[in-house]
Amino acid sequence: MSITPPKDGWFEAPTGFERTWVGLALVWCLLMFLAMPYWHFKGKQNSTGEAYTVTPEAFLERTNRFVETNKTGEKIGGFDVVEPAPGTDIYLAARMWSFHPAVLKLKKDSSYRLHMSSIDLNHGFSLQPMNMNFQIVPGYDHVLTLTPTVAGEYTVLCNEFCGIGHHMMTSRIIVE
Amino acid sequence: MANFKDNEVRTCDTTGLPVCLNAQFFIKLNAVCAVVFLLIGALAAIGLALTRWPAVHLLPADWFYRVLTLHGLNMLIFWILFFEIAILYFCGTTLLNSRLASKKVAWVSWLLMIIGAVSVDVAIFQGNSDVLMTSYVPLKGSPLFYGGIILVAVGTLVGVFNYFGCIYIAKRDKTYEGSVPLVVFGATAAAIIAVGTLLHGAVVMLPTFAWSMGWIETVDPGWYRLIWWALGHSSQQVNVCAMVAVWYLIAYLAVGGKPLNETVCRTAFVFYILFINIASAHHLLVDPGVGTEWKIWNTGYAMYLAVLASMIHGFTVPAAIESAQRGRGYTAGLFTWLAKCPWKNPAFAASFMSMGIFGFIGGITGVTLGTQQINIIAHNTLRIPGHFHATVVGGTTLAFMGLAYYVVPLIFQREYPLKPLARIQPYIFAVGIVFMSLTMSFAGSYGVPRRHWDVEFTGSALGHSFDPGATLMLAGVGVGGTLAFLGLLLFILLTVWAVFLGKSNAGSPMEHWTPPLPPVADEDMEHKTPGAFALVILLLVCFAVYYFANWKALADVWWVR
Repeated sequence: MSITPPKDGWFEAPTGFERTWVGLALVWCLLMFLAMPYWHFKGKQNSTGEAYTVTPEAFLERTNRFVETNKTGEKIGGFDVVEPAPGTDIYLAARMWSFHPAVLKLKKDSSYRLHMSSIDLNHGFSLQPMNMNFQIVPGYDHVLTLTPTVAGEYTVLCNEFCGIGHHMMTSRIIVE
Repeated sequence: MANFKDNEVRTCDTTGLPVCLNAQFFIKLNAVCAVVFLLIGALAAIGLALTRWPAVHLLPADWFYRVLTLHGLNMLIFWILFFEIAILYFCGTTLLNSRLASKKVAWVSWLLMIIGAVSVDVAIFQGNSDVLMTSYVPLKGSPLFYGGIILVAVGTLVGVFNYFGCIYIAKRDKTYEGSVPLVVFGATAAAIIAVGTLLHGAVVMLPTFAWSMGWIETVDPGWYRLIWWALGHSSQQVNVCAMVAVWYLIAYLAVGGKPLNETVCRTAFVFYILFINIASAHHLLVDPGVGTEWKIWNTGYAMYLAVLASMIHGFTVPAAIESAQRGRGYTAGLFTWLAKCPWKNPAFAASFMSMGIFGFIGGITGVTLGTQQINIIAHNTLRIPGHFHATVVGGTTLAFMGLAYYVVPLIFQREYPLKPLARIQPYIFAVGIVFMSLTMSFAGSYGVPRRHWDVEFTGSALGHSFDPGATLMLAGVGVGGTLAFLGLLLFILLTVWAVFLGKSNAGSPMEHWTPPLPPVADEDMEHKTPGAFALVILLLVCFAVYYFANWKALADVWWVR
C-alpha cells in the first residue's frame, strides 16, 4: 500500500504487463540514446560546441576588420552588405540591440566558419524561417561550420532576453 | 509505537491516521503561503498571455519583462517550494506515525523562506531586477534579488533537514515497522534531489550576489549557465518526484489503488536521484564550450534512465488504479475500470489528468527537445515553454491542486463550498493549459522566440514577419492562457473560502467527494492490467511519431557542425 510500510518480501522482480513495459521502455530509451551518436557521424546537423575564449574588444576588432575587407559597397536598409568569399571565416558580433554586420550575403552550398560572440550580454542566434538556434555567450567565440543549403532571404533574430530593446534585434542573411 | 507528546496529536476522523498538531500548523502555514504566491504568479500569467496575443498586446515592453520575471519566480520557485515543504512535513509525520522533529527549526525555515521570497518580489517591483528567472550574468539584478533567492534556498534546505530529522526520530523510536511507505520514499527522493539542487543554487548565487554588490569584478557567463541549470533543471525534478508521490497518494485515497510491485516503483525513484542532475546539460545543447561527447553522455545515457523512471511511474500508477477498480468488479473490456473511476472527485480528476498531460505532452516533447541535435530547431523558441507548461503546470501544479482537495478537509478540517464548481475546476484548468501548451509549441515550430515582447519587431531596422500561422497560434496562447487563469482563479477563490470561511468538519469524517465506491472484493488480490498497458502502448506510439517527425524536420535545415 502506498501510505503504509510494505509487507515483508516486497523486494521482487516485476511480472506480466509490468515486466513487458519496463523492458519495452528500456529498449526505447537505449534506441533514443544511440540515435545521437548515429546522427553525430551520419547526420548533417550537429552542434559541436566548438569555442575559443575571446575578449569583447578583440572580437569587435576582428569583426570590424572582416566587415571592412568584405563589404561590397551595396546597401540594404541603410546597412553595408558584406559578402565573404566561400569557405572563409565570417564574423557576427551581437550587442544590445543589433548584430554586426547587419546584412550578410552567402553562396548556396558553400561552407563558412561562422564566429559568433557577444560584446555585452547573452544573445541568441535564431535563423528564421529555417528555425535554427544557437547560443551566443560573451567571452566565448562560438564557431559554427555552416552550409546554407537553400537559397532565399533569412532573418537572424535574437532569442535570448537582452533587455528592453530585445525585440528590435534582427539582421539579414541573403543566400544566392 | 507512536512517539507523540500529550496534547500534540489528534486522530483523523476520516482516515484514522494520527496527525501531529505541530506538523499540522506548519503544513497549514506553508500551504497558505504557497497559495498566495500562486495567486501572484497567476496575476502575472494573465498579463503575459494577453501580451503575447498579438491582437491584444497588453503590457508595455518594460512591464512585460518585469512581470515575466515575477511569474517565473513566484510559480516555479515559491509556490512549488512552499507546497513541497508542506508535503514533506505531512509525509514525515502522519505517514510515519511520528511527530515533527523540531518546531523551532520549522519556524527558522519558514521565516528564511518568506523573507527571501518577499525580498525577491520587492526587488522585482523596484524595477532594477528585470533579469527573468534565469538572471544570466552579466545581466545584473539588485543585491536584494540575489540575496532573496539565497534566503529561500537556505530556508528550504533547513526545512528539508527538518524532514530528515522526522525520519531519524521515527526510525529511532520505531514508530513504523520495516521499510518506509512508498509515498514517503518518493518524498525522500525529492528531498535528496532538493539538497543537491539547492547546494548548486548556493554555489552559483553567492558569487553572483558578491558581483552585484561590486565585491568581485566578473562571474563567467558560461560557468554561470552550467551551474545555474543544475539548480534550474534539478529543481524541476524535485517537482516531478513530489508530483509522482502525490499521484500514488491520491490513487490510494480516491480509489484504494496499491502499486503492483513496490520494487519497481522504488527503483524508479532511485533513478531520479542518480541521473537527473547531469541531465541539466540539455539546457546547454547549443552552447559554446561544451562538446559532443559531454552532451550525449549527460543528456542521453543519464537522462534516459530518468526518462525510464517516468515511463515506469506512468504505468504503475494507472495499473494500481486499474487493479483496485477490477477488484470492485469493473472487469468488462479494456477500459470499464477507467470509465467507472470517480471523475466527480476533483482530486482524482486532477491527478489523473496530471498524469496524462505530463506524459503525453510534457514528457514526449521534453525528451525530444532535449535530444542533442534536435535542440537546434527548438532552443529558446516557444516550443520550450510549450513543453514545461505541460510538465510543471499541467503536471505538478494540477496534481498539487488535486491534493488540496484532500488537504483542506483533512488537515484544515474545513469543507469546500460550492462543490459542483470545485468538481469542474480541474477540467477548466486542464483544458486551458493543454490548449496553451500546444499552441505555444506550434508557434515555436514557426520559430517564434520565447521571452519576447513583440513578434512584429516594432522599431527594428530590418524587421521580420512570421508565417500567419504563428500569429494564429499566439492568439491560441492568449485564449488558452486566459482559460487556465480562470480555472486557477476559481481554485484559489474556493480554497481561500474553504480555509477561512468553510464549514468545520472537526469531530466527524470529511464529506466525501463522491458516494462510496463498491468495496474491493479481495484486498490482496492483484488483477491483470491490460487497460494500463494499452494506455502506455498508446503513449509509446505517440512518442515515436513525434520523435521521428522531429528528426525529419531537423534533416531539412542547413548543414551545420
